[in-house]
Amino acid sequence: MTQTFLNAVFLENAVLEAEVTKLGCNIPAARKTGTTICGVVFKDGLVLGADTRATEGMIVADKNCSKIHYISPNIYCCGAGTAADTEMTTQIISSNLELHSLSTSRMPRVATANRMLKQMLFRYQGHIGAALVLGGVDCNGPHLYSIYPHGSTDKLPYVTMGSGSLAAMAVFEDRYKQDMEEEDAKRLVRDAIAAGIFNDLGSGSNIDLCVITKGRVDYLRPHDMANKKGVRCVYEQEALPHQTGNYKYKQGTTGVLTKSVIKLDLEVVEETVQTMDTS
Amino acid sequence: TMFATQVYGDSGKMKEYHYTGPVEHRFSPYSFNGGTVLAVAGEDFAIVASDTRLSEGYSIHSRDSPKCYKLTDTTVIGCSGFHGDCLTLTKIIDARLKMYKHSNNKCMTSGAIAAMLSTILYGRRFFPYYVYNIIGGLDEEGKGAVYSFDPVGSYQRDTYKAGGSASAMLQPLLDNQIGFKNMEGVQHLPLSQEKAVQLVKDVFISAAERDVYTGDALKICIVTKDGIKEETVPLRKD
Repeated sequence: MTQTFLNAVFLENAVLEAEVTKLGCNIPAARKTGTTICGVVFKDGLVLGADTRATEGMIVADKNCSKIHYISPNIYCCGAGTAADTEMTTQIISSNLELHSLSTSRMPRVATANRMLKQMLFRYQGHIGAALVLGGVDCNGPHLYSIYPHGSTDKLPYVTMGSGSLAAMAVFEDRYKQDMEEEDAKRLVRDAIAAGIFNDLGSGSNIDLCVITKGRVDYLRPHDMANKKGVRCVYEQEALPHQTGNYKYKQGTTGVLTKSVIKLDLEVVEETVQTMDTS
Repeated sequence: TMFATQVYGDSGKMKEYHYTGPVEHRFSPYSFNGGTVLAVAGEDFAIVASDTRLSEGYSIHSRDSPKCYKLTDTTVIGCSGFHGDCLTLTKIIDARLKMYKHSNNKCMTSGAIAAMLSTILYGRRFFPYYVYNIIGGLDEEGKGAVYSFDPVGSYQRDTYKAGGSASAMLQPLLDNQIGFKNMEGVQHLPLSQEKAVQLVKDVFISAAERDVYTGDALKICIVTKDGIKEETVPLRKD
């Protein structure tokens, strides 16, 4: 990194963090999502899919997190990589896009969201670890983009991202066809995410889908609960739930060492009621 | 008494997205294949349980690779860590058991196997077997015995022990339910075989929820004076 570069881009904090880490100081590890996300364009629109596992190292931090983020009424974005980065980046662009839409008096276009995202990610030189699958339907039809942390984008009919992207892409490369019907496209995305969930350790739990067509968005969360706690896998004929043992504690099991009660002597001086506006 | 060998093996981290310059890569003789083992000793029985998932990095090698190995009619060992070393170590133990039987005209007892394993592991003090071992079986009096080891041979006899990737999640729960730790006014009832098996199943189902390396299926080996009984329970496959 030369001095001239530092002058041209606004990322002092990100660079400082990189330098400090090189010296050996450990900054707390950000939560990553592991993840399998994908998108496919079909005849009338597109389908976005995502798993729901968030990991901290190799431990599951959230078994049911939402990875399909709202950008605008006709545009949604799946995010892989650092969870905070995908969340904040999509929220910032969603906010800016709404202002832009009001300013232009037009429905936002997917290409605009793509431009805004890639320009922001490039500005941060890859320090924002957000790998996104952006999809939506606008006046020019359905559009699907994949956006990488350093700011490059690809416009394609089917894309996958995340640690389970290879498993999902294997399914796509086998069964993708142009101009599919909606049900076929949903089944294809569901199977691609399922491949990531079962074969990639960074992905798991449920499958979320988002079907976007002209004038309609179906946010299916969860679309498929592929893994329930204690129940056998979904491919088996009978799903017998396991009878868990009883681990309830009786009152008083946790020993109380000391107890101190501080009474607050309060006197009612005045009482007013203000109704909350729940409209 | 247990010291972790974090310096060996790298649990497949996700690639970082910035290029930091040329890096020298050193061949690592170890790899981490995941898996969790658990052993519980009862009054007249011992249970050794393990999950059956074999993984590496973010991938799964096999969904049916149990980590319990039968040594004698009264002893089962659970090995997790680096699969290559698990296989070699169990081969070596089997050979040593045969040699003992031929020289001494009797089978090795659980305590003797534990002591022998300690010397085998320490023999490789400066290039350790990357294996977390737990032996479960019956001692000479017919009572349940559990011996837990660290990778270089330090061992002790326990009532219960969890080892492997989800050990930190399982051990506190066992401390509470079997050791009655942090509980007041609870009757210290001896653990029955049915309750122990139920507890082991529940505890592995919970571990499979939160540890990515644990899952697929659970294999339980119950050691009693009548022999070794095996039970398989499916777990989450994601």
